[in-house]
Amino acid sequence: MAIDLEQGRGGAGAAPPLGDMPVLELKGVSKSFGAVQALTDVDFEVYPGEVVALVGDNGAGKSTLIKCVSGVHTADKGTILIDGKEVRIHTPSDATRLGVETVYQDLALCDNLDVVANMFLGREIAEPAGVGPLGELEMEKRSLDVLDGLHVTTIRSVRQTVASLSGGQRQSVAISRAVMWSAKIVILDEPTAALGVAQTAQVLSLVKRLREQGLGVVVITHNLHTVFEIADRIIVLRLGRRVATFRQRETTPEEVVAAIMGAQRQAA
Amino acid sequence: MTGTRAPRQGRPKNAAERTPAGVMSTVLTIGGYTWTRVRQGELGQIPALIGLLVIWTYFEAKQPTFLSARNLSNLVLQIGVTGTLAAGVVLVLLLSEIDLSVGSVSILCSAILASLLVNHSWPWYWAILLMLLAGAAVGAFQGFWFAVVGVPSFVVTLAGLLGWQGVQQFVLGSTGTINVFNPQIEAIASSTLPAAWGWALAIGGAGVYALTHIQEQVRRRRAGLPAQPLAVVVARAAAIAAIALVAVAVLNGSLNHVWVFGKSVYTNPGVPTAGVILLGLVVFFAWVTTRTRFGRYIYAVGGSAEAARRAGVNVTAVRISVFTLCALLAAVGGLIQTSRLTSASLAISPGQVTLEAIAAAVVGGTSLFGGRGSVWSALLGALVIGSVANGLDLDGQQPYVKLIVEGAILLLFVTIDALARRGRMAAGRA
Repeated sequence: MAIDLEQGRGGAGAAPPLGDMPVLELKGVSKSFGAVQALTDVDFEVYPGEVVALVGDNGAGKSTLIKCVSGVHTADKGTILIDGKEVRIHTPSDATRLGVETVYQDLALCDNLDVVANMFLGREIAEPAGVGPLGELEMEKRSLDVLDGLHVTTIRSVRQTVASLSGGQRQSVAISRAVMWSAKIVILDEPTAALGVAQTAQVLSLVKRLREQGLGVVVITHNLHTVFEIADRIIVLRLGRRVATFRQRETTPEEVVAAIMGAQRQAA
Repeated sequence: MTGTRAPRQGRPKNAAERTPAGVMSTVLTIGGYTWTRVRQGELGQIPALIGLLVIWTYFEAKQPTFLSARNLSNLVLQIGVTGTLAAGVVLVLLLSEIDLSVGSVSILCSAILASLLVNHSWPWYWAILLMLLAGAAVGAFQGFWFAVVGVPSFVVTLAGLLGWQGVQQFVLGSTGTINVFNPQIEAIASSTLPAAWGWALAIGGAGVYALTHIQEQVRRRRAGLPAQPLAVVVARAAAIAAIALVAVAVLNGSLNHVWVFGKSVYTNPGVPTAGVILLGLVVFFAWVTTRTRFGRYIYAVGGSAEAARRAGVNVTAVRISVFTLCALLAAVGGLIQTSRLTSASLAISPGQVTLEAIAAAVVGGTSLFGGRGSVWSALLGALVIGSVANGLDLDGQQPYVKLIVEGAILLLFVTIDALARRGRMAAGRA
């Protein structure tokens, strides 16, 4: 690899924040679509209780990398480890079963259903055997518990339709839904795109609480303000390769931008 | 989730619960709540209820026999077919799709039933079973074509509207009519419940409604969740009990000497069996759509098929099932129709039957834009459409007047739906 700043920059400081074993680790992942090499030999790791920002220009391979983890794509080469154990992820439900939850930019909520129905969509409590009447009471209680646990207090009633929520509240619902299913790793795709200032702050503080609860969080974003607000580490992809890793406290937006643009080649 | 439970201080309690006292304040709260919803475009069944009130007042003023026991009993029979078909259409509309074939499917199943009974001398129960299976098969076929092959439901069912009508003509043969003389089949539309059964149905139904709803609120309160004030639940249950009791009293002829109901000789008192079948189907499917996983998935797919798919819902299976159910209900409608006319014939226009069913679903408050509505709107909408047709008939109007008025009413209610949708968008709810 031409440039790998991790060793040089991080040194001893690159020790993981909360444990020795990454909750999610990718080793040498490659993926091509026909003649297009989308990912080349990419390593990636997230530790428990850590927020990693995955940045890069359009076409850098961020989405492809994430889709290899969330089961939308299957990597051509390389291994994926969760809690140190090698796993195979071929479908989105594989990923869910292994504790990887992905919140896509479009959130995938049903506007005409209420908050509870959305949080339990596809996993409703229905006794007996999934064909009996819905356990609305139980679902409502558990939804409230999760929202309260994450301090999502701006939602007035969990029985209002998602259509009536603001952008930030929808994002909060989507994230809360992701973490309520014993997730270990939460992947957020552009969580603050199209949000106002207050809404962004609301979502970012929610992301911080995910970290406090010991989850590994991966955030894809174009917004450097978001990156420096929440990320512990910043991993830069460029043209399908991992070109740089920064500790948020030890770097500047200018350095990150330079890495994204490929100007780091001169600096190195 | 490993997170610790935080106290629920941030979330305000149900508005009605916060107001300390009195039914009056509760009424005001509910009134205010309803008004807010209306302004934001959540109209539900309100326009249909208002429409029904206006229509009944108008026709009663014009034709004093309109609200007579006999005519109301007739009305219940008349809406049996439309209401049953509309219940199926509601399911498809909730899915954000359309089924234009229900009229053709119902007359096809009617022809199959008549042919089996008359031409093949099948016993009535096997004939009914096979006609229902035929309906379900037709629906599954159309659902497959839409959900798996990917042809828009509009086109698949438009082809069905034409094609199944052709099959019906083939089944009926050269005469174009098969008369059915079968006491069991005839009984569906001509029989009524004994008076005592009618009362039992009203009392039992209202009792079950009251008990389940009060129990639900009590359980919510016990679980520490916001609950409606008990007075509201009791008031609503009492209103439903009153409607049920008055309806049964009228249909049983008990009110024959009271107020507006005593103006005609009533020969066949009792709740019509066809009405009970319709009500039973509506209650059952209302329960399925609101209280089961399958019902939840119908709304979810109608709201966002992609979101449902990603949440692990088998969207294809839900779609095929709903189209199957819709056609099955069309077959039940065909059964009631056969019973009413004691024949299957070419005389019925499948296009008109289809559009009346869709009109009933939309008039009753189910959105043409998908994902919003209730199976109850089939009953309510069929009542509105049926009342207009019945009233104009009583008034001795020409058939062309009926068509024009029905068209105008459909346009009016779809306009309300479209404006409500605009209201929802303005309120950020669409």
